[in-house]
Amino acid sequence: MSNEIKEKLITDDSLIQISICLGTGGVAAGARDVFNSFAKELESNQVEAVIKERKCRHKVHQTGCRGLCALDVLVDVLVPGMAETSYARVTAAMVPEIVQEHIINKKPVEKYLVDEAHHRFFDKQKRRVLQRCGVIDPEDINDYLATDGYQALAKALRIGPEKVIDEVKTAGLRGRGGAGFPTGLKWAFCRAAEGDTKYLICNADEGDPGAFMDRSQLESDPHSVLEGIIIGSYAIGAEKAFIYVRSEYPLAIERLKIAIRQAKEKGYLGDNILNSGFNCRIEIEKGSGAFVCGEETALMSSIEGNRGMPKPRPPYPAEKGLWGKPTNINNVETLANVPLIILGGAAQYAQIGTEKSKGTKVFALTGKVNNTGLIEVPMGITIKEIVYDIGGGINNDKKFKAIQIGGPSGGCLGESHLDTPIDYDSLVAAGAIMGSGGCVVMDEDTCMVDIARYFMDFIQEESCGKCVPCRIGTKRMLEILTRICDGEGVAEDLQNLEELAKKVKNTALCGLGQTAPNPVESTFRYFKDEYLAHIKEKRCPAKACKNLIKYRVTPDDCKSCALCVKVCPSEAILGGKKGVKAEIQNDKCIRCGACLSKCPTKAIKVVDNDSAAAVEVK
Amino acid sequence: MDFISRTQEILDKHSNNAVIPVLQDVQNEFGYVPEEAVAHISSVTNINKSRLYGILTFYSQFYLKPRGKNIVKVCCGTACHVKGAEKNLTKLKELLKIKEGETTADGEFTLERIACMGACGLAPVVTVNQEVHGNVTSDKIDKIIKK
Repeated sequence: MSNEIKEKLITDDSLIQISICLGTGGVAAGARDVFNSFAKELESNQVEAVIKERKCRHKVHQTGCRGLCALDVLVDVLVPGMAETSYARVTAAMVPEIVQEHIINKKPVEKYLVDEAHHRFFDKQKRRVLQRCGVIDPEDINDYLATDGYQALAKALRIGPEKVIDEVKTAGLRGRGGAGFPTGLKWAFCRAAEGDTKYLICNADEGDPGAFMDRSQLESDPHSVLEGIIIGSYAIGAEKAFIYVRSEYPLAIERLKIAIRQAKEKGYLGDNILNSGFNCRIEIEKGSGAFVCGEETALMSSIEGNRGMPKPRPPYPAEKGLWGKPTNINNVETLANVPLIILGGAAQYAQIGTEKSKGTKVFALTGKVNNTGLIEVPMGITIKEIVYDIGGGINNDKKFKAIQIGGPSGGCLGESHLDTPIDYDSLVAAGAIMGSGGCVVMDEDTCMVDIARYFMDFIQEESCGKCVPCRIGTKRMLEILTRICDGEGVAEDLQNLEELAKKVKNTALCGLGQTAPNPVESTFRYFKDEYLAHIKEKRCPAKACKNLIKYRVTPDDCKSCALCVKVCPSEAILGGKKGVKAEIQNDKCIRCGACLSKCPTKAIKVVDNDSAAAVEVK
Repeated sequence: MDFISRTQEILDKHSNNAVIPVLQDVQNEFGYVPEEAVAHISSVTNINKSRLYGILTFYSQFYLKPRGKNIVKVCCGTACHVKGAEKNLTKLKELLKIKEGETTADGEFTLERIACMGACGLAPVVTVNQEVHGNVTSDKIDKIIKK
């Protein structure tokens, strides 16, 4: 798909094209330096006769996220007459060589080329929603237009709102933000609701820790989301739409603003869009850092200028939403799917996926896999394929332990679920949820009790405090989990935890509270032995919980090089120089791990805190 | 600093019901939301101070006290957590001799932990002001802070 998109973009095949990922990931890896370096090198090489002729033809253009963040900075070089080449982990220092060898001497620099892993990363993916990401320039509407952009909108305006809703229903599109409610149905409710003024809200408050799908989509292909919003607004009969976006995403906000301005200039937004008589305006609302605002009633409350606290439903937003008017709320990815459905037709869209989950899903694949990044896979793919084929397996050949899907509302699935297909219903049956698409891989060094504690800490922090089960229930659960991790767990803890989990789930007011116990319940279900080890043996099998481990120097391996002494922030290491072996004082050690990663001879080991026998770990 | 006249300028730019955008702009202007600004907004818009403080204390991005010149944020999202964000936080606390949420005595640094900044592919992540640093180890932290 991407290649087709690329072909459409190449208007002049005598053009040398260099594409550099300037998404948040790329920028953090130094993409701006690389960009500038290319510009400078090309500029300074203009004095060369051959290059000089092509002076105006060099185009260094920025693209959004290509997905494979682990290999950032990724650079594509296309020289006419040569195959397109991708370079991985490019730094500014490598640029002169690439320009000299590849562009001037026409010999790609082999040693910097992407390797096999790069190809495997893309092989099993189906990039449809992300088809333009990393290919087009997100700040230039012409790139979007050249790749069938806004044609779905034109078609929608021709076929009329009812038919648009029918198409989305037939395509089987389900909400990509979490629970998976059928989008077409939601639109139909809102269209049928009484009232002249209606609103559409695009929920871009991507608060799940470990997820960045929406950020990438907005940064890399903002028009696809705008087109979805305009079509959705048309379908439900709204003339005003809001994008509620986290203020942690400055680049996404910037690109949205540019996209909105350009769409207005070209007549895809504003009054009388494409002479259809339909008007639509889009406003950006910035969030202020509250996870609960991802919940739709809380989100509306925030737009209205209040504390973002949820309200009981019914009434559902479709009847009584923003400022009491019928309102429809869809997530970024859901809306980005809409143009694909309208343009290609429902039947074509529904060819991908399983019976009840159609299309593709974008995941942020992170944690301890080799290829971290943004992926788009067909519904029905197995967890194994994601972790091992696309993800390229676990870092440092360690053992896979679990995959956390769905963030704080989701769950951890272990080895026995590697063959579970990714679709809404299978994931719920297994104890996780599709969620918005966070996918964090964990290995043998990750403690599952600590992960449960981590999520509970997050939820507890983010609980808005309106209802008792969430405000107090999650606090009590956090206390129990913290106690267990600290090695102070008692026998009744497990039973209490289970009971609390059930109560919070059944009685909390909103989705945040109702799903808060999921990480606990799923780790409990699949990793109970770890809980028992912490409570009964005061031992952390993953050697992660600070109170239950200590660091020890194996004297025979210590070369007294003093590196550990220098790096220790709490002056806990005695000796270690002038031929004296290092010794770690347990009471002063803060277990920061600095010495562990510094030691050149791997003489420092992590052992159970109270066991005399050194257990070989890591 | 003339809080009131600058707050008024911000108010002039917004329509009346947009309280949160006003507060966001005040925060951007001063780095925090000063008491004088809240009092002024309250008197102009007739919105009770209690309601304004209700909003300010609800959202984590509003600050009621001045912050340091450099804001160091440690991302503690799931991916970062799994890859050792706590260790980075511990190291920074030792180095700057402050706890999270605090500012150094010389006003140079404020240390914060945040839930997730969405750069999980580069975990663990630490940001200084607008600059994002990926794959941060305790070694790297020394270099980052020195800059």
